[in-house]
Amino acid sequence: MMFTILQKVAYSGLLLLAVIVLNFFLLHAAPGDVADTIAQSMGGADAETMERIRADYGLDLPLWQQLLEYVTGVLHGDLGYSFFFNVPVTELLLERLPATLLLVITAQLLALTVGVLLGVISARRPNGLASHFVTLLALFGYSAPVFWTGIMLLIVFSLMVPIFPVAGMSDATLTGGWWAHAVDVAHHLVLPAITLASIFLALYSRLCRASMLEVLGSDYIRTAKAKGLSEGQVVVKHALKNALSPVVTLAGLQFSAVVSGAVLVETVFSWPGLGTLALQSIIARDTPTILGILFFSSLVVVVVNLITDMVLRLIDPRIRTGVA
Amino acid sequence: MPPDPILEVKGLRVELSTRSGTVPVLDDLSFSIDAGETLAFVGESGCGKSMTALAVMGLVPHPIGRIASGSIRLAGEDLTRVPEKRMRAVRGNDVSMIFQEPMTALNPVYTAGEQIAESLRRHQDMGRRAAWEHAIEMLAAVGIPDPRGRASAYPHQMSGGQRQRVMIAMALACRPKVLIADEPTTALDVTVQAQIFELLKDLRRETGTALILITHDMGVVAEMAERMIVMYAGRKVEDGMVTDVIAEPKHPYTRGLISCVPHLAEVLTEERPDLTEVPGVVPPLTQFGRDMCLFSSRCPLADDKCWEERPPERRFGAGHVAACWHAEEVS
Ligand SMILES: Nc1ncnc2c1ncn2[C@@H]1O[C@H](COP(=O)(O)OP(=O)(O)OP(=O)(O)O)[C@@H](O)[C@H]1O
Ligand SMILES: [Mg+2]
Repeated sequence: MMFTILQKVAYSGLLLLAVIVLNFFLLHAAPGDVADTIAQSMGGADAETMERIRADYGLDLPLWQQLLEYVTGVLHGDLGYSFFFNVPVTELLLERLPATLLLVITAQLLALTVGVLLGVISARRPNGLASHFVTLLALFGYSAPVFWTGIMLLIVFSLMVPIFPVAGMSDATLTGGWWAHAVDVAHHLVLPAITLASIFLALYSRLCRASMLEVLGSDYIRTAKAKGLSEGQVVVKHALKNALSPVVTLAGLQFSAVVSGAVLVETVFSWPGLGTLALQSIIARDTPTILGILFFSSLVVVVVNLITDMVLRLIDPRIRTGVA
Repeated sequence: MPPDPILEVKGLRVELSTRSGTVPVLDDLSFSIDAGETLAFVGESGCGKSMTALAVMGLVPHPIGRIASGSIRLAGEDLTRVPEKRMRAVRGNDVSMIFQEPMTALNPVYTAGEQIAESLRRHQDMGRRAAWEHAIEMLAAVGIPDPRGRASAYPHQMSGGQRQRVMIAMALACRPKVLIADEPTTALDVTVQAQIFELLKDLRRETGTALILITHDMGVVAEMAERMIVMYAGRKVEDGMVTDVIAEPKHPYTRGLISCVPHLAEVLTEERPDLTEVPGVVPPLTQFGRDMCLFSSRCPLADDKCWEERPPERRFGAGHVAACWHAEEVS
């Protein structure tokens, strides 16, 4: 078991390395280089100055040497310098990362819990009201674009019935202790999290419903009933634990989609995370920042995949003990 | 004065709603079993053997099936009339069941010990520790080597035979009054089959549990049971002591089943009956419940009466009952 986990970690490391190398080549392939950017900010420079700048930044070295330096740089936490924001990229990203993590994790957990709940309820009565509701919700979740959902929620719950703030992550004028701030952030988080969760909620509830229906028809559920367990015990203890594996697997696979979804949601709600930063840096053609974001998102996705794997092991002993 | 039977089923009718209407999958079924007795149910696939078991367990498939009439008395209490809460207290405690498929009947995500202990906690007011210890004792009783170690094993780490032993341990954990074994060995290979039957025999002797054994195998019936019931198309066609029924079947269907097993006929009867297989198949579910002998289409003795009227159950000697218009001509 320890071995397979180490194996996974090693694979993840290799994957991240590949992302770093890819980043380097993208950086290299992008039109213009650091020297151009600097020259631009100086209001133009002659060929000689350009040469000097290139030499200063090591841009005249052979490609493989540049690559080596880039990789060691990233491994030491140096993702380059953003000339647009005038700060090191790592610093910029670390400042924005918590907001995105908070949004993405909240949305994912919300989508999972509510999705599983709806899935279980609708699987127990496949022709009941809840079941039709889930089907409808799934259709809606698939078809409604996430920015539309976000704007609709904003219009209804921030403008027409102003119970949630329109934008941002916190109220700058707020005074009080950390608790007041936490409540304030949570208050700001509600609409963005619901918006982001809505797409995945539909997906998870549908899969959970299908998975539960299959499990509820299986022999061991009949065995559990024959033991005289109550319906709740049968559904939660015996069925759900079996039905959860596919849902957790899907949630792990979907996490990168949640992160991309966050870009749109953050933009709609002016949430100060990596998503808004991504948009700004794309518009500004701030290549180091864009690639830094790419690297950070890969890191997040890889870590989440590892966590997913652990959770699956926890749920299903067949994976844990490694026998088919 | 013989003791009251531990389980007595009277006039049981179970209906299934199908696309072509409501059909009686069990039609006016009556039988009883005494404490410590073994009663075998035989019959081809689809005759309603499993449905009988599910009806006794109160697990008729919902919502397509329902108990339409009749009574199921367990130690005097009519299980068709008790509320679901009471039925849950009976299930797995007073009546329990072993299913056909040991490979899939255990929950893959819980250990063998936990699945046995769960029953004990549910019905016997045991705490975690006590239930776990008792589960280990049960595993030992069903002949699992290293029971303490195996209690922590998951189903996928066990062989089919071991899983079926775990099922038996689970079913017997609360010392039920009636144990129903629905083809407990069909999925297992022959040597393991023999071991499981030995185990069931031993356990029955030790616990005094009444055993309802559902099987296709007439050899098993002769080996295990005192009494047998032959089911055909949702109806009981013959009921009697195993020796009587095998020696002198009163229903042509029973005779057909027996003659399908040559060695059995050789051993248990003096002269060997014709080796006629039973040609044809069980009528479709939609035909169940018609007022006729449902075996007519396959019966060499059938005449107009058989096609027009359901034969009543008639008594031949002590406890030997058959439903055939031509019972006298069969043996
Ligand atoms: N859940 C169900 N839905 C629809 N029909 C069912 C269901 N369960 C049983 N039946 C039908 O009821 C009839 C009796 O089934 P049952 O399982 O009792 O047969 P059986 O005698 O146990 O057969 P086998 O030897 O194959 O186990 C069959 O025709 C079967 O198709
Ligand atoms: Mg069956």
